[in-house]
Amino acid sequence: MAESPPVRQWRHEFVLIRRLIKARIRSDWQYRVSFIALMTSQAAFTALEFVTLLLILRLVPTIGGWTGAEVAMLYGLSALSFGVADMLFGSVERLSTYVQQGEFDRVLLRPVSPLLQLVALEFELRRAGKMVPPMLVLGWAVANVEIGWTPARALLLVAAVVSGSVIYAALWILSASVSFWAVASKEAANAFTYGGQFANEYPLHLYRNWIRVVLGWAIPLAFVAYVPVQSLLDAANPLGLPSWLVFTVPLVAAGTLASALTVWRTGIRHYQSTGS
Amino acid sequence: MRLWWEVGVRSFRRASTYRLATASGVFTNTIFGYLRASILVFVAGAGGAAIGMTGEELVTFAFVSQGFLMIIGAFGDPELADRIRSGDVVIDLYRPADVQLWWMANWFGRAAFQLLARGLPPVVLGAMAFDLAWPDPWWHWPVFALSVLVASTLGFAIRFCANLSAFWLLDNRGVDQMVTLLMSFFAGLLLPITLFPAWLARVASLLPFASMVQLPVELYLGRHEGAAIVWVLTQQLLWLVALLGLGRALLVAATRRVVIQGG
Repeated sequence: MAESPPVRQWRHEFVLIRRLIKARIRSDWQYRVSFIALMTSQAAFTALEFVTLLLILRLVPTIGGWTGAEVAMLYGLSALSFGVADMLFGSVERLSTYVQQGEFDRVLLRPVSPLLQLVALEFELRRAGKMVPPMLVLGWAVANVEIGWTPARALLLVAAVVSGSVIYAALWILSASVSFWAVASKEAANAFTYGGQFANEYPLHLYRNWIRVVLGWAIPLAFVAYVPVQSLLDAANPLGLPSWLVFTVPLVAAGTLASALTVWRTGIRHYQSTGS
Repeated sequence: MRLWWEVGVRSFRRASTYRLATASGVFTNTIFGYLRASILVFVAGAGGAAIGMTGEELVTFAFVSQGFLMIIGAFGDPELADRIRSGDVVIDLYRPADVQLWWMANWFGRAAFQLLARGLPPVVLGAMAFDLAWPDPWWHWPVFALSVLVASTLGFAIRFCANLSAFWLLDNRGVDQMVTLLMSFFAGLLLPITLFPAWLARVASLLPFASMVQLPVELYLGRHEGAAIVWVLTQQLLWLVALLGLGRALLVAATRRVVIQGG
């Protein structure tokens, strides 16, 4: 493939990936009842997280000084970004199975990016269900927060969704890469993906210092929703975040993705197939 | 009896083979415990006495309920359904042993391991960072243990029914996830039912899921006294009988219509 120009290679990969994804969707659609039930339950799981927030807001007037609309925005932004990342890259968590069964060898043999192959081979349209409740909640929050929407603020919100999705996608890639070294510890990675998403639905200052440092700043989950929402809505700021911090969000997202891809590539070089 | 014991022992060993996976599961359960505990501590502080539970009780709830996840099968147990899909279930059916009891023995073996390896550590690790409550007086421990046993068996009974639905649906993952969904909300895993509004708590009390986490943890916390304790256990047992019975009926119906895949 060395002689073909990169553009042609990319187009070739794109067509191939699209075809694989279509095939996946068609095969899932064969069990219609199950497909619809699974998609609905994905949506319902995400919705229940918001219901839990509402049940808590029934007991306390604000969550850590953040009003219902502010928390709704926090939830919407975090869960929507997670939904987008999960639909596109969540399937890379299947890497552990590939490595365990020696199937990753086959992936490596094909002249297409292993990451894109995994994305396409394990693509699950039903994960789209996760995006529906946060979209509705975010829409409601946008209409109900007490700020005037200017083009700049709208742009910031869109940038936050994109950056948040990139951060979560990076997290999926990073947590899947763990399987290259320790295939059985996949579940520990869930603490950062699912755990991070759960943590992000509540204002970060509720958590103890060390959890906040690890999940919020080291993993940089705070940049997905907490930082943008705090800045956008001028919400209570007990951590004393500087106002310029929000502008670093896209940079942090790009940096996180770059490091995740580096780890992924290192992992592939480290990969030695299964023993037997 | 000997047979079930042997099945259970082997299931225990099989579960205990994956040490690193177990450790990483404990790590994740504990992180979730810390997150939930932090949130509930805030709720107790901001909501005051109106909540009906103290901060200590809520934090204990967060960690003890994390310990329940594996023993009640909160994430599903697709093995039997996979065997129905692949046709391997025929081996289960022609064994000269009862299918439901076989899988129950298998469940208990694994649950026993998970109680030790996945149930206790989050509570111990939680106690290092937060003040947790312990059953008091001492005889609340055996009451709690009995309640946990019934809760785990209930988990088996429900998942067994969900798995058998694969005989009709082939792909029963949707049903399985619906069960997971209802369980996580109405068992009190997302939020203790005590914090629900009255009407929703009423709905929860009419479903079997409360018997799987909420009620046992209430016994742990000593929220029931005297006859009320007996009533809680009775409720759990009634659900158990009903759901094991349903599983039995499904099994009979399924074996009548069984078509094994693959010829």
